[in-house]
Amino acid sequence: MASSSVVQGAQALLQEQEETIEERLNEILSSYQGKKEELIPVLQQVQQVSGYLPEPAMKRIAKFLKLPESTVFGVGTFYAQFKLVPSGRNIIRVCRGTACHVRGATCILGEAEKQLGIKPGESTSDLEYSLEATACFGSCALAPVMVISNSVYGRMTPARVKEVLANVGGEK
Amino acid sequence: MSFAEIQKRAMAEWEMLQYSQTPRILVGAATCGRAAGAEAVLRAIDRELKQRNIDAIIVQVGCIGLCYAEPLVDIIKPGHPRICYGNITPEIVAQLIEDYLVKDNPRPDLALGTIGDGAVDGIPHLFDLPVLKSQLRIILRHCGFIDPTNIMHSIANGGYAGFVKTLGMKPEEIIEEIRRSGLRGRGGAGFPTGQKWDLCRRSPGEEKYIICNADEGDPGAFMNRSLLESDPHSVLEGMLIGAYAIGAREGYIYCRAEYPLALERLRIALRQLEEYQLIGDSILDSDFSFHLKIKEGAGAFVCGEETALMASIEGKRGMPRSRPPFPAVSGLWGKPTNINNVETWASIAAIMQRGATWYTGYGTGKSKGTKTFSLVGKVERTGLIEVPFGITMRQIIYEIGGGILEGKRFKAVQTGGPSGGCLPSDFLDTPVDYDSLTSAGSIMGSGGMIVMDEATCMVDIARFFLSFVQLESCGKCIPCRWGTQQMLDILEDIANGRGRPGDIELLQELAESVKDGSLCGLGQTAPNPVLTSIRYFRDEYKAHIEEKRCSALVCNALVSYYIDPDKCQGCVICLRSCPAGAIRGGKRVVHVIDQDKCTKCGTCLNVCPPRFAAVVKASGERPAIPEEPVAVGLASNNRGGQQQVWPLQAK
Ligand SMILES: Cc1cc2nc3c(=O)[nH]c(=O)nc-3n(C[C@H](O)[C@H](O)[C@H](O)COP(=O)(O)O)c2cc1C
Ligand code: FES
Repeated sequence: MASSSVVQGAQALLQEQEETIEERLNEILSSYQGKKEELIPVLQQVQQVSGYLPEPAMKRIAKFLKLPESTVFGVGTFYAQFKLVPSGRNIIRVCRGTACHVRGATCILGEAEKQLGIKPGESTSDLEYSLEATACFGSCALAPVMVISNSVYGRMTPARVKEVLANVGGEK
Repeated sequence: MSFAEIQKRAMAEWEMLQYSQTPRILVGAATCGRAAGAEAVLRAIDRELKQRNIDAIIVQVGCIGLCYAEPLVDIIKPGHPRICYGNITPEIVAQLIEDYLVKDNPRPDLALGTIGDGAVDGIPHLFDLPVLKSQLRIILRHCGFIDPTNIMHSIANGGYAGFVKTLGMKPEEIIEEIRRSGLRGRGGAGFPTGQKWDLCRRSPGEEKYIICNADEGDPGAFMNRSLLESDPHSVLEGMLIGAYAIGAREGYIYCRAEYPLALERLRIALRQLEEYQLIGDSILDSDFSFHLKIKEGAGAFVCGEETALMASIEGKRGMPRSRPPFPAVSGLWGKPTNINNVETWASIAAIMQRGATWYTGYGTGKSKGTKTFSLVGKVERTGLIEVPFGITMRQIIYEIGGGILEGKRFKAVQTGGPSGGCLPSDFLDTPVDYDSLTSAGSIMGSGGMIVMDEATCMVDIARFFLSFVQLESCGKCIPCRWGTQQMLDILEDIANGRGRPGDIELLQELAESVKDGSLCGLGQTAPNPVLTSIRYFRDEYKAHIEEKRCSALVCNALVSYYIDPDKCQGCVICLRSCPAGAIRGGKRVVHVIDQDKCTKCGTCLNVCPPRFAAVVKASGERPAIPEEPVAVGLASNNRGGQQQVWPLQAK
């Protein structure tokens, strides 16, 4: 159970984030022409900056691209990349592709769940970590594979999961 | 600058590098190399060179395909052949610099092989090793040899010469050349490329598009990633040729977001093309203009399907639509569009550089040339390979791949990803080409080749693929959205010990409906992994359903853990580690697992000291074991007579 101070901290953080998002959104949109096909790149850039797609941002984008809000929301929910809720600062992604599956991805995911105390698709209450199971990062020859930010960790074992996660925590 | 001048400059730069009097260190720094630790190795090299005041040129090259031995470092000392070293760590590379660069010991013990002319005592030639001997490198010819971020390296090695040649040809002649080469699409379905181009070229309309499909959604496949990271210019050259032949002035590369390095290398490559006026308006002062944009995918497997991919470029939900009209008639924004896979485009460049006649010298009847595969799974030497069509699975798995991991037995090889199938050992001697794989019930697919051993459960694999397609189904058509869910439910039941007689037949019936009724290739092929596994491994399904037994010991609901009373020394390690508190016993007392409490997490098996190896995982049978903990040494008496043999005593 998260203590209430942690929750408050997270909320303050969220608010702060939303304010910066507002500022950054103008900046982001200024580099686009307002064409419909720009929707996905715009959403990608917003998500890159804010970690997720805040609702007010999606509304602004709809206006900017002259699209119904439902279309923006529809695209935002269709693609696995887009998040509608904030995710953790460190996104731990475990591969569930075929090569990783036959080389023991289930154990790797299980160990990551155990270490972080969350299931795939969830974030820790302090928004430090999110866990995701994604199919294939293209490093299948080094299966099983785990990805944190853009760093790929190959030839994982449960023991190495523990080690790698401990180091991620150490960097904060 | 004319192309001849660019070529001259490229040659000069390349030769200066080749004949440089400074040692060169090449590090395989594609994503797989980095995943294995290439970046730490690069830092170590840098540090060592500085500390010892050694002057050397460091080049980050792409992937040569020997991923099993990564990180790879090649050293070229002036006047010596290039030596390739494998399994390098920061410590080893420091030692290597000391031993080879400072002293003169090439360390044969660390070397995989030499590359190119010349020999070194005690080191074999790399391309004579079993892993490379039966490979043929056309598409991957530059991978691991050039700096993928330097267009000059590509041009010095023949890059863009094919394109420049085509600029002097009639579009019809180019298409005829491609048709003669027999090239078939490498993205999965194997449609003849020349014919596809011809259809698009003849489609009425001024505005046409070409697309490179770099979505590579097949989980377990990374051929496209590796090529884009190691030699992006070969793909871009193919696209320039295609645009010119088809009459397209705009093109897109749709690359999945999971490949950040491939995207980065593509962006760099595009900038360099612009710099040398090889892309844009009036290319090389001709009247041919072509603009190319990179689109980043957003994580949807179905977007690899061509109509869904185009919807995604248009900024929509990536949902497929029914064909016809085919993209060649009405594609991106309703205009005639030609879409090809990364590897198809790269093959085009090679064909136009060397000619269709040369290309048809490789391969078999209806499958010409070479194909890359990602050889992964339970095989000793995993990696990226390129072979001529017609080679057998046995050659690929045993010669190139070095056989099954840990000497285990081969069970199946999976090709074609979620659209393909699992082939058993009967097919080891089948030649690998489009038609043989299709008639065996699988498909060539894009090149994922996942080897499975006896410890792989085929029901679990079928369930794995079904859950994948179920998750990735876009939901537009009912047969795919609900049919795959129903099939998955049945497979879940079978894997969890709730299988019923008739389930196999029901699965087959559902599979046919999903195949016939689905809108796009995803649903139409989704049942294939289930159908082939039933066809070739029916006994395994039956054992799961009738005997509740998973012989591979994979399906958790069907396995149990036991402690061998003859081996248990009563050390209490497992007893203390069991998170469920399911183990009873004590010091010097044989432990017993309470099957009702056991959660089958496998902790006891992992922690039991290897010198005792007393924990046994079994399925479908309950070994004779004492009901209650007994003192160590007394177990045999306690289970009724010496005759009973551990552990396979039937229930
Ligand atoms: C569900 C599904 C996923 C696909 N994924 C890919 C892919 O990741 N890469 C690809 O090149 N083709 C993929 N295809 C095939 C494409 O629809 C198309 O046939 C191909 O890009 C054509 O190129 P080719 O003729 O060069 O093979 C997929 C097809 C389906 C039905
Ligand atoms: S299957 Fe895990 S990286 Fe490809």
